[in-house]
Amino acid sequence: MNLAIRTDKLGRIYKIRGGKKTEPRELVALRDVNVEIKRGELFGLLGPNGAGKTTLIKILTTLLAPTSGTAWVAGLDVEKEPARIRARINMVSGGESSGYGLLTVRENLWMFSQFYGLDSGLANQRIKQLLEVVGMGDRLNTKSSDLSTGLRQKMNIVRGFLTDPEVLFLDEPTLGLDVGAARDVRKFIRQWIDRDSTRTLLLTTHYMVEADELCDRVAIINEGRVLACDTPANLRHSLQRDAIFRLEVSPLNGMGVESLRSLPGVKQLILKEKDGSVVLEFILTEEPVLGAVVNTLTVSDIQILNLEKREPTLEDVFVDLVGRSMAEVERGGE
Amino acid sequence: MNDSAAVLSPERLKKATGFLLFLKTVIARAYPRVIGAQREKSWMFFDVFLPMLAVSAYVFVYRAINAPEEYIGFVVVGGAMTAFWLNVLWSMSSQLYWEKEQGNLALYIMAPNSMMAILLGMALGGMLMTALRAAAILILGSLLFNVQYQVVSFWQLFIVFILTMVALYGMGMMSASLFLLLSREAWHLANLAQEPIYLVSGFYFPIKSFSFWVAAAASIIPLTLGLDAMRQLVFPSGPTLGFLTVTIELLILVILSLVFLIGARYMLVHLEKLAIREGRLTESRR
Repeated sequence: MNLAIRTDKLGRIYKIRGGKKTEPRELVALRDVNVEIKRGELFGLLGPNGAGKTTLIKILTTLLAPTSGTAWVAGLDVEKEPARIRARINMVSGGESSGYGLLTVRENLWMFSQFYGLDSGLANQRIKQLLEVVGMGDRLNTKSSDLSTGLRQKMNIVRGFLTDPEVLFLDEPTLGLDVGAARDVRKFIRQWIDRDSTRTLLLTTHYMVEADELCDRVAIINEGRVLACDTPANLRHSLQRDAIFRLEVSPLNGMGVESLRSLPGVKQLILKEKDGSVVLEFILTEEPVLGAVVNTLTVSDIQILNLEKREPTLEDVFVDLVGRSMAEVERGGE
Repeated sequence: MNDSAAVLSPERLKKATGFLLFLKTVIARAYPRVIGAQREKSWMFFDVFLPMLAVSAYVFVYRAINAPEEYIGFVVVGGAMTAFWLNVLWSMSSQLYWEKEQGNLALYIMAPNSMMAILLGMALGGMLMTALRAAAILILGSLLFNVQYQVVSFWQLFIVFILTMVALYGMGMMSASLFLLLSREAWHLANLAQEPIYLVSGFYFPIKSFSFWVAAAASIIPLTLGLDAMRQLVFPSGPTLGFLTVTIELLILVILSLVFLIGARYMLVHLEKLAIREGRLTESRR
């Protein structure tokens, strides 16, 4: 198989130093990650903050050594041949503030293009074209210190595409972009990958819609482990036999959620507080289980304000796999 | 989004490798220093007017105590050379730390270029930018205080200056990695090094005023010997106030240049290995 990226039991443990007298603490960022990404694929890593996405990208971009296992990018071992990998890749992180504020957008991008050996004239031509593509054609000579967060992120995205990498890593690329700009960037990313089957793109995101809309395949990652890996459609279909309901109810008035969770047939339950009401998201093994849920609520004098059945989303897949929503994992809640 | 056909073309771009990539990297990294830094006009105040105040203070002290007139020239030349010391300290030694904080360091390491080319670009750009400031101080100081020069050999002077710069910026390149490895607070390290070097390198007086061993220890900073040799070559009484002969000082500057450049290379390789192994050195705290 023509693979752009492959990892074999990849692991990374950070040693966190405490005080002078305390022993360093170990933080497992990645454990036994096995991923195979085909050339020409737009692959998404979906997971909450701290799941290990950025650590994986750092290893694949030769910025970090794994503590166990092996990884290959463009057929090259990340530890043995980093120089050859670096000529073939590029990376953009969301919210990065790279470059120099005193330089214009064009000058910053030109500088980075030279680090990859691009012909100066060609680089300037591509900068102009790419800035047009992201709607920044009129910002060519604006000092980068004068750019808003969103425009700066667009400039960073241009930096990634400018050098025409074989494998591009985008770490939360739409972070800080408004809805319209994020949509435009996603559209360009899709076009870029579709135009040339030798290009590969690894994207990390914690936006479900982004992963669903954009990626050919998605790996769901949490606490350093890959929990599932398939096309977004197949992942969603894995819950097709389940019934997903969203109930908006009156305040629970001390009623324990556990009484709902422990009902036979309730696979997962996520609770969200709203102004004056509570939203309960259920994943049930089958539709008739809803009867028992409604009955339990009614017996406890809980009023059902709204009830709807939904098609499964990647968020539901995540909840099904982890037992908590992504937001809950990020908050560290139960 | 606008029409993206041109940039989406599947045709692979040709990229330079080897020495051409090294050269392109040096030029590109020098660019922000040479062009970008000139855009902030405040440099005229901070980098020329303020050092001129320090020079003026020494000139008035020397005149008040009836010191030999050559001392005025010593101060002006020393004042001009402080610009290079400040540049090496604040814009070379501390630079990798700032690059890390800004998020550039990871991008530099990840690119296929050599990190040595990045540091060399920083050094060359800094040198060129600072030469402008130093020249402004030298011309202004010479005109204001009527300094007379009598150059023995322009060639020797040129070689001493270039060697001083190579050794000094070589030291800056080496300490860039050292600063990053040793401490998170580059600001404090730079502060700590700034004033003592003013004293021991003899920016405003002949280094011969110290005992031999103090002067010898201070000679590890290339500016000490460079300044001493330049003074010997441009003032008639320079040789009598000189620490060592110009030839010996030149020889030591060659050795310092080699030591610092090789040290810089070694430190960079070590830094990159450590950064990749531990994963901390490239992480900004933003």
